[in-house]
Amino acid sequence: MKTLTLKDISPGQTVKIGKVTGEGAIRRRIMDMGITKGVSVTVRKTAPLGDPIEITVRGYELSLRKADAEMILLES
Amino acid sequence: MKNIIKIALAGNPNSGKTTLFNILTGSNQSVGNWPGVTVEKKEGMLKGNKGVIITDLPGIYSLSPYSLEEVVARNYLVNERPDAILNVIDGTSLERSLYLTTQLVELGIPVVIAVNMSDVIKKNGDTIDIPGLESELGVKIAEISALKETGIEDAAEKAISAANGKNSIPRHSFRGSVEHALAHIEEAALHDMPLERQRWYAIKLFERDTRVSDLLNIPRDKLSHIESDISRCEKELDDDAESIIINERYSYIESLLEKYYIKAKKGPSISEKIDRVVTNRFLALPIFALVMFIVYYVSVTTVGTLLTDFTSETVFGEWISPFLEKSLTSAGVSNFLVLLIVDGIIGGVGAVLSFVPQMMILFMFLAFLESCGYMSRIAFIMDRIFRRFGLSGKSFIPMLVGTGCTVPGIMATRTIENLRDRRMTIMTTPFMPCGAKLPVIALIAGAMFGGAWWLAPSAYFLGLLIVGISGIILKKTKMFEGEPAAFVLELPDYRLPSVSNILRSMWERSFSFIKKAGSVILIASVGIWFLSQFGFEKGTFGLVSMEDSLLASLGGGLAKVFAPLGWGDWKASVATLNGLVAKENIVSTFGVLYGEDYKTALIAAYTPLSAFSFLVFNLLCAPCVAAIGATRREMSDWKWTLFAVSYQTAIAYSVSLLVYQYGMFFAGETNKYGFIAAVVLSVIFLYMLLRPGKRKVVL
Repeated sequence: MKTLTLKDISPGQTVKIGKVTGEGAIRRRIMDMGITKGVSVTVRKTAPLGDPIEITVRGYELSLRKADAEMILLES
Repeated sequence: MKNIIKIALAGNPNSGKTTLFNILTGSNQSVGNWPGVTVEKKEGMLKGNKGVIITDLPGIYSLSPYSLEEVVARNYLVNERPDAILNVIDGTSLERSLYLTTQLVELGIPVVIAVNMSDVIKKNGDTIDIPGLESELGVKIAEISALKETGIEDAAEKAISAANGKNSIPRHSFRGSVEHALAHIEEAALHDMPLERQRWYAIKLFERDTRVSDLLNIPRDKLSHIESDISRCEKELDDDAESIIINERYSYIESLLEKYYIKAKKGPSISEKIDRVVTNRFLALPIFALVMFIVYYVSVTTVGTLLTDFTSETVFGEWISPFLEKSLTSAGVSNFLVLLIVDGIIGGVGAVLSFVPQMMILFMFLAFLESCGYMSRIAFIMDRIFRRFGLSGKSFIPMLVGTGCTVPGIMATRTIENLRDRRMTIMTTPFMPCGAKLPVIALIAGAMFGGAWWLAPSAYFLGLLIVGISGIILKKTKMFEGEPAAFVLELPDYRLPSVSNILRSMWERSFSFIKKAGSVILIASVGIWFLSQFGFEKGTFGLVSMEDSLLASLGGGLAKVFAPLGWGDWKASVATLNGLVAKENIVSTFGVLYGEDYKTALIAAYTPLSAFSFLVFNLLCAPCVAAIGATRREMSDWKWTLFAVSYQTAIAYSVSLLVYQYGMFFAGETNKYGFIAAVVLSVIFLYMLLRPGKRKVVL
């Protein structure tokens, strides 16, 4: 079975983050913004045209693209 | 006591550093509510204490730099080592803000924390145990509200006394296995270093930052020793070194907040409620279009026009000009000088000044949009569309700023991490109609289209359209091909901007226009007037009729170039050329060349179609010298600058030609050659738009 990523989560749901895959600057940026192992993230909504998404993490709102959300694995 | 104390303001983007800086130094830097308002560091003296220099740094989330403005902040802190860091943090977003704090205290520079928005924290009913946090972190904390100007002195005093005190040694600790590895690293390679800096370097070595290990010149055997420590730790925690450190920082902060922070439980915040409507799936795009329509409609067509007509017709037309003419003549001033003042100076400068009310209204709207928090939402809404054009939603912020003035718009591109995206945004931002183009739009709308309501908003949407087309065309060239850059953007809470901030921003920007009218435009108007009065007649130089003037022959040459666009007359050509100095100059040139009643004269000289084509060309062509200079600065390359300017001018010429020639075709007055040129151009455009890219842009 494929591991679930943040991209698979529909708005309104809250999940716990497992690991951030990918590499380099973008991965570091995502983690710097507080998306780290064990943190809970609520997916708020999808932008009008389907991308990017808006999430709540560590008490603030962050938007990121689905392509980047796909790099964020959920806690299994 | 040190003679001069340097205090740096550091913190996350949008945490209120610049507002605090303005209060501390009494200066007037522009503030906004989107991440990345400050892109360069700024220095100022502390008000009432000349011995203290405050540096406002661009906002950063971390000391591992991504975008240009983060590099500026990091280099300053690491290389210049200020005497103290005043770490401004957003009290409503403690967890993320303290992440940077844990990195700042490792630098070994005394840190004082200013918890901003303490008024909002109180209103929300949240409590922070300040003494508890102070003792854990080993730093002093001041609670402030930069907006309400409370606690500022306290923060400044604490920062000054910290600067005069000892360097702080970071106190926070990570889990045992990580601390174990760090201790090993410190012991193996860093024990000669001042105690307070060891942790920073140990962590960098742990993260395998090769720049740091090269800098420290660590022998190979020690490095391999360190490496074995790192990999043991990685194995134990089943993660890579970089992630381990980030995780540790956040878990440390979580443990702090558990002890010292109580968040009052409550329903959805006001921002959430606003966003339910504003970024709603169905409403978001119409709302955005409506907002931009209102901004342009109100500032150009309704309120603005009322005021502008009053200034141009009554103030200048009925009061100032006749008064000056009469009093100067009766004072015995020579006729020539009277003409220079009334036709040259009042004609040119007055024509521009009379548009100041419209600009003020526009600037007021922009100031509100910039400081309320809507900007990031626009980036969020537009990202998907912009990605189709090979740009990111972040490119939209520079473009919106550019509707005020292109120069800060181009500067704002620094928040874009990816160089290709950044270059493309710099190239396309000038397509957005800036504040100085507003008088041109208003002039054409008023004189040629009977004040049509749709002209001003359409200038804005035309700009957007050309940005999109350019994106598609450029993205398919070798220079710009590649994957779109990532988009990770904070959406700050909405804030009701303070009236004084809005008025200040409006006044600042309007005043710079007025100043320009008194300097550049004044000189250009006088120059134009002279050139339009003098010339050679029968071999002798002297006063001539305007049609024989130097200017007429100068413009006459240019006019041939513009003839296919439908406005090949020397006056319009000169106006366009003059627009390169400053776009308002287009209006002042018409003011000088067509005299006081230039609006009526314009109707006689041009058809609506040729006037529209003229407007299109001037909206899109190379920006004014100030904006070209900004392009050069941000591209740091003349070739790219030249390419940008030629591209803009080529697009302007092509689009105007299409507008005019197809317009004539539909009016039944086809010009054979012009029409063929237009068809050929259309084919080229279609090819550029539709040809397959080197690499498919993933949608």
